[in-house]
Amino acid sequence: MLKAIKTLAVIVSLGVAGPALAAGGVEIPKRDWSFQGLFGTYDRAAMQRGLQIYQESCAGCHSIRLIYYRNLADLGYTAEQIKAFAAENEVEDGPNDEGEMYMRPAVASDRFIKPFPNDNAARAGNNGALPPDLSLMVEARVGGPNYLYAVLTGYGEPPAGTEVMDGMSYNKYFPGHQIAMPPPLSEDGVEFADGTKATVEQQAKDITTFLAWASEPNMEARKSMGLKVMLFLLVFTGLLIAVKRRIWADVH
Amino acid sequence: MSTGSQWKNPVIRWVDDRLPIFTYMDHEYQQFPMPRNLNYFWNFGALASIVLVVMVVTGVMLAMQYTPHVDYAFDSVERIRRDVNYGWLLQYIHMNGGSMFFIVVYIHMFRGLYYGSYKAPRELLWMLGVVILLLMMATAFMGYVLPWGQMSYWGATVITNLFSAIPLVGDWIVTLLWGGFSVDNATLNRFYSLHYLMPFVLFAVVGLHVVALHVSKSNNPDGIEMKGPQDSVPFHPYFTAKDSVGVGVFLLFFAFFVFYAPNFFGEPDNYIEANPLQTPSHIVPEWYFLPFYAILRSVTIDILFIPAKLMGVLLMFGSILILFILPWLDTARVRSAKYRPIYKYIFWIFFVDCIALGWVGSQPAEGTALIIGQVATVYYFAHFLLVMPILGKIETPLPLPSSIAEPVTGGGGGASAGAAAAKMEKP
Ligand code: HEC
Ligand code: HEM
Repeated sequence: MLKAIKTLAVIVSLGVAGPALAAGGVEIPKRDWSFQGLFGTYDRAAMQRGLQIYQESCAGCHSIRLIYYRNLADLGYTAEQIKAFAAENEVEDGPNDEGEMYMRPAVASDRFIKPFPNDNAARAGNNGALPPDLSLMVEARVGGPNYLYAVLTGYGEPPAGTEVMDGMSYNKYFPGHQIAMPPPLSEDGVEFADGTKATVEQQAKDITTFLAWASEPNMEARKSMGLKVMLFLLVFTGLLIAVKRRIWADVH
Repeated sequence: MSTGSQWKNPVIRWVDDRLPIFTYMDHEYQQFPMPRNLNYFWNFGALASIVLVVMVVTGVMLAMQYTPHVDYAFDSVERIRRDVNYGWLLQYIHMNGGSMFFIVVYIHMFRGLYYGSYKAPRELLWMLGVVILLLMMATAFMGYVLPWGQMSYWGATVITNLFSAIPLVGDWIVTLLWGGFSVDNATLNRFYSLHYLMPFVLFAVVGLHVVALHVSKSNNPDGIEMKGPQDSVPFHPYFTAKDSVGVGVFLLFFAFFVFYAPNFFGEPDNYIEANPLQTPSHIVPEWYFLPFYAILRSVTIDILFIPAKLMGVLLMFGSILILFILPWLDTARVRSAKYRPIYKYIFWIFFVDCIALGWVGSQPAEGTALIIGQVATVYYFAHFLLVMPILGKIETPLPLPSSIAEPVTGGGGGASAGAAAAKMEKP
């Protein structure tokens, strides 16, 4: 039976993590992630750096609307830190007793503020292209974190003969190879407090870890409960098999 | 009042004399004779019943948090996954449970096909199964629309549009399904209502399915009837124990996906909120619909006066409806493939045909995939309409054992004392 489960695990991991092809047939390179595998967890330091990258390099165009400031506790921040972090942003509230809407500093129970009030404004600010919300980005693309990393690092000169339209950039991994997002990461584009060197690769890795968490904040709870459930079921099924053998002993 | 009652407890006895549920349960789930030679493929009916209960329980709990409105549905599902206590667990169980249901039921059906369980006297049992399959498909299809992701929306649009191919009433049916002139809030609301209703209809039909089973009793790998106590064992404890083993192994399988690969059966596109203005590049239904989707798309030219689209729709529904008449299409005198030297291989060819259709369903309908799909579709129908009727006439079955006990004990009649005694206690 263990063998069957192992075989199954191999089949499944092949199916889940086998090389995904981006539209256009470019193979997306597979990378190692702290959160993959049966016991993987999110790397807290990488997530914190990822949050910083989101704030400094992405938040100007992309919302992350499903995340609340309170969720940052998952990244290892204290309630005070979260409160201070939230308070740097202003959100609209109201109506007050006079019937007026007003602005106030954000609190932990607010959602991350959005860069644009609506999709039309977002398009207007981006040459007509809509920067998608990033809350579910890792789950919403074939290839998941590998795809995200590939797109963020896939910029470069177009091969000879390829025309890139005005306002678009060439990207090896984006479907169609022309993306309306200018290269969002640059060498030393951010300065990390923990001294990590901010190469494009490092930043791509960190923001991807952060966005993987944003896509599925409960992954760690899922895996740790899974371990207990699987162990219980293994023992329980073993007992059931023993009981069944005894009961059937007189028939066979 | 009557009182042949075997119950000693006065309360149980009082109730049983008026409403014999205890006697019924005793008769149908304790003493009930089961062929002693069943293999583990006979676990899958019990497994399907378990999945049905799991789906209803998790579904009812999800419904407490879900909002059926185009503006809130997607976010309410995300809220369940992120903020509701153990909501992620409920949602993953329900989401993967749908796939588990079809895995289990498809195995259950192929078991029936292999061992000829649909043949007399089990035709109605089988036909009720086909009704169950249709209900399951409708339920799963509507359930998939509820999270209101891109595939939910576009899948619903593509599938509901099919009905417009039906002459005369087609457009009227589509409008009725939509509750308007496109897939929209009204559609979501009626699908939600029906998705909640259908499982209870399923329960009722499964009840009939089981009643029919208890009249004809289970078929078995030899495909011959039980002839006496030496051929059977009582349901309890033999099959309660054996079904429990199956349940344990199945739950391990189920839990693996829920906890370690929850999105394995899913489509990434469904994590993007529905957007009527943006068609996904490749619309695919859930995996369990893929073979039927392949059949649907296999017709590319108008045949006589029937437009291609209508023909595709007819074939797709026909591919399931044909199962209703299978008991009469199969002309063989023996049931089990074990004693049918040619059908044994034909079965596997048919199985591969179904897998091929599934693969084709996942590919864009063009090039080689389309051609394979067309060949596989033709073979699918030929299997039922030509191979099954003809094969039964020309194939010489192997000699059947004289009784179930014979091959099991290797010598006829020598049933072990314990099982026979357990059986004899109450005839
Ligand atoms: C100048 C605005 C801008 C900034 C800054 C920006 N993006 Fe984008 N992004 C866009 C636009 C516009 C698109 C849509 C591209 C398209 O559809 O061609 C996009 C698309 C994307 C996509 C989706 C690609 C796909 O497969 O559809 C991802 C992922 C993404 N951005 C991540 C990021 C990350 C991570 C950052 C920060 C490091 C970032 N973006 C910074 C404008 C921006
Ligand atoms: C909700 C789905 C279903 C449930 C809960 C269910 C339940 C059961 C149960 C408990 C049994 C007895 C145990 C067994 O033989 O496995 C059974 C037998 C059977 N079922 Fe189903 N069933 C379902 C779907 C179907 C479908 C879709 C079909 C076929 C189209 C089908 C055809 C049969 C047949 C032919 C038998 C008798 C098998 C034999 O005795 O060899 N069932 N079912």
